[in-house]
Amino acid sequence: MNVDAELVFQAQGITKVYPMGEFDVHALRGIDLELRESELVVLLGPSGSGKSTLLNILGGLDVPTDGRVLYRGGELTAADDARLTQYRRHHVGFVFQFYNLIPSLTARENVALVTEIAPDPMTPEEALDLVGLADRMDHFPAQLSGGQQQRVAIARAIAKRPDVLLCDEPTGALDISTGMLVLEAIETVNRDLGTTTAVITHNAAISAMSDRVISLLDGRIHSVEHNTSKASPQDLNW
Amino acid sequence: MRAIHRKLMRDLWQIKGQVVAIAAVIGVGVMLFIAYISTFDSLRGTQQAYYDRYRFAEVFASLERGPNHLGQEIAEIPGVSNVATRVVSDVTLDVPGMDEPITGRLVSVPERREGMLNDLVLRQGRHLDPTRQDEVVVIEGFALAHGLTPGSTLSALINGRQRELEVVGVALSPEFVYTIRPGALMPDHARYGVLWMNHRALATAFDMEGGFNDLALGLTRGASEQEVIARVDRLLEPYGGLGAYPRTLQTSHWYLDNELKQLEGMGFFVPSIFLSVAAFLLNIALTRIISVQREQIAALKALGYTNAEVGWHYTLWSLTVSGLGGALGTVLGYQLGQVYIQLYNEYFRFPFLAFEMSPRVIVGALLISLAAGLVGAWSSVRRAVSLPPAEAMRPEPPADFRRSFLERIGLARFLSQPARIVLRNLGRRPLRTLASVVGIAFSGGLLIIGFFLSDSIVELMDVQFNVIQRQDITVSFVQPRSRQAFHELTRLPGVTAVEAARNVPVRLRFEQHSRQTSITGVQDGADLQRVVDTAFESITLPSEGLVLSAKLAEILGASVGDTLFLEVLEGARPVREAVISALVDEYMGMSVYMHIDALRAMMREGSNLTGAYLAVDPGFQGVLYEHLKTLPAVAGVALTSAAVAAFNNQMEQMMGWFILFNILFASVITIGVVYNAARIALSERSHELASMRVLGYTRGEISAILLGELTLVTLAAIPLGWVFGYAQSAWMVSGFETELYRFPLVITPASYAWSALVVLLASILSGLLVRRKLDHLDLVEVLKTKE
Repeated sequence: MNVDAELVFQAQGITKVYPMGEFDVHALRGIDLELRESELVVLLGPSGSGKSTLLNILGGLDVPTDGRVLYRGGELTAADDARLTQYRRHHVGFVFQFYNLIPSLTARENVALVTEIAPDPMTPEEALDLVGLADRMDHFPAQLSGGQQQRVAIARAIAKRPDVLLCDEPTGALDISTGMLVLEAIETVNRDLGTTTAVITHNAAISAMSDRVISLLDGRIHSVEHNTSKASPQDLNW
Repeated sequence: MRAIHRKLMRDLWQIKGQVVAIAAVIGVGVMLFIAYISTFDSLRGTQQAYYDRYRFAEVFASLERGPNHLGQEIAEIPGVSNVATRVVSDVTLDVPGMDEPITGRLVSVPERREGMLNDLVLRQGRHLDPTRQDEVVVIEGFALAHGLTPGSTLSALINGRQRELEVVGVALSPEFVYTIRPGALMPDHARYGVLWMNHRALATAFDMEGGFNDLALGLTRGASEQEVIARVDRLLEPYGGLGAYPRTLQTSHWYLDNELKQLEGMGFFVPSIFLSVAAFLLNIALTRIISVQREQIAALKALGYTNAEVGWHYTLWSLTVSGLGGALGTVLGYQLGQVYIQLYNEYFRFPFLAFEMSPRVIVGALLISLAAGLVGAWSSVRRAVSLPPAEAMRPEPPADFRRSFLERIGLARFLSQPARIVLRNLGRRPLRTLASVVGIAFSGGLLIIGFFLSDSIVELMDVQFNVIQRQDITVSFVQPRSRQAFHELTRLPGVTAVEAARNVPVRLRFEQHSRQTSITGVQDGADLQRVVDTAFESITLPSEGLVLSAKLAEILGASVGDTLFLEVLEGARPVREAVISALVDEYMGMSVYMHIDALRAMMREGSNLTGAYLAVDPGFQGVLYEHLKTLPAVAGVALTSAAVAAFNNQMEQMMGWFILFNILFASVITIGVVYNAARIALSERSHELASMRVLGYTRGEISAILLGELTLVTLAAIPLGWVFGYAQSAWMVSGFETELYRFPLVITPASYAWSALVVLLASILSGLLVRRKLDHLDLVEVLKTKE
């Protein structure tokens, strides 16, 4: 890890409690975390370990019950809803497990949804080209395979040239070969654009492509491992 | 186009059926708004321009006979700008090609027409030549009804002498925009017409040389109408004045103004029903869309779309639908308005009446449709805006169901599983179910109103012509005649019964209230013209005292036992007192009855009569008409059958269209509500219904679940619609009640049945539309998509 690289995220003592009727659900129980410029981090953990909650908080979709999150020195946890929206709009790219494409828009239009509101975007065509979908631009989501849909989602996430790319189980709904293509796309973005990337997965095999693997268990950080040599997605052992 | 707007367009296209259904409800509302309000504007504008340009008088009076210098005195009353002294008289006309005698109103025209009040608008031919004595200008409606053109001739029985008159012109007048025979229910251009004649010719014919019997006044700006009327009355009193009255009580103006008021009221009331139903439909549809697009909303927010942008996106959805309806309604309203103006041109005759749709009305229409869109969008958009993105990522929690009321009271074992699903679905969203029921009930109510109007009129006619006025012919005399005239009538061919009529014009006073009317003398055992109570039983008048219509008593603030002052407005004009001995509840008129002997005793006269009621053998009609046309004493002859025919004719025309339109509009609401409810139920439940198909349920069985819900909603709506219809009809009865008539609140069982049938048919139609979709449910596809 390049310790000189600038800090992108700094999380201190994050907890998240969901009141669920008679008892509370503790999704996060005190997380301390740092993410640096251009780093590719895998957040590994079984379902229910709190990784999605953590990602949502880093992405400004949710706020912690307690603790602080700093984004490039600014306190996200002190931002109101409007500032969080601006933060997401200008800095964050999201990729979800179920793609969350707008079914009534074509691949190109789904990307345009973002390029139209971002300050310095690439064109939808460039973004789709980057994920290898130049020939599928005018297809609707229903006309694309799961892997293709997820790559559209990645194109949509990176088209704004985000500072951070947050991927929530991007291969969770895909088979191995299509999952590989998706991971390649993520790796390309991280390598070529230098976008700080966090990938959530419950699949330990994926950790091999990261700079760092942070394992979560039951709302706590269980371990942190540094990869000295990153594997490329084709070499992952699923 | 921005990607998010493309999404909007495609989302709308996907549920185009629903969009069309909702836009149609808004469209009808806006169409009616435009048609009513533009027609109102057009009529009001035309009325004012017409009145101004042709100097419609502001105060009217008639009298027995006044000398010309009296006109000069009246002109000097402060506030009077213009005086027209006229001779006006009703005569019997004989027009070629018509057996029946016709009543004509002769109105004199001064030699110098310049600046004339109630000026004529010449439509054909020329104005009267002041040197000719036998020329007339006839009113257009009458001319059209008889094919009269310049050069035609007709004969009139003027003051006992048959005169041949030559038609030289056809005209209109602001005084007779609505031409109705006094006492008639409906205009009948074939049997009542206005004819203008030279003043000198008319004065000579009626022994009025150097005098007049009718007045019309123009007032200066800011003059006090009441004061002028009081002064005119004082001046006219020695000359048999019958009481001056303002423009607001002038017959033609009164009808026109009343019509305008109703039009304006309808223009706001009816569209508001449609727009509230539309707002409700928009709300349900949009709420459903937002719930289906929950994860899309989450994605948009995660991508950095602001709450305002997301909110606006869905608001725009609603505004697009309502704007579509508004635009459609504006186009249709323009068409319908032209049809309305055509209809009005039949009843009110203006020299110029063009349909005009002002930009103000269009802007108003678009604003109200957009307002309906905003109101409909409000609560559901708020939900979309407030949805936290992280939470929206997760699928919606399973809906919260509970056992239905019927199950809880222990009837569960009688209910199949599908029946339980239906009941629990309805119970889960009680407000939405209720709103659907209310929406459909509105359309049922609307139908009832349509049918009620015709029921009510049929009842009115039945009471009027089969219970109260049972004579075939009403004859009125120029002046009160002796018993001799009665005997002459009994001897006419074909007359099977005669009853004497004695009407005395009076002004009634009680405390500070007064009303001008006439007392009808009724003889014992009257069988033709009767007085009946609310149970329609003939009542025998007390030998003394007055019997008042309940409406008149209410206006005067008097009740049984009170003593009224009567100023008799004929002959020696005595002032008498009389006690109210009973009230009668009547639909029409402000009648005052008295036993004919008591009336004659009060007038200190013998057996005078002012007219007679005749029953006639239909075989002798033709001969009888010939005789009546030549009787010098007769001023007018009114045929009951003609009145009924004219009435029915007009009603059939108007009510036919009215009811057809009503059925159409109510169906739009019903289909809109039911189709919308069905589509939403289908969207919410396609997953569960597909699962049941997989389990082996047939198409019919799953249709029964979906359509069963709609059936229950429709069945609940029908009786509620009846209640709405009854309440709205009652409201209309009181709203349309005038001093002259009120509608009986009568709704026949057939009307209730029709209303239910139309609602049911519209409901079935929309059910079938959705059933088609259900039949094409792709099991695999539905089960794959996660809800």
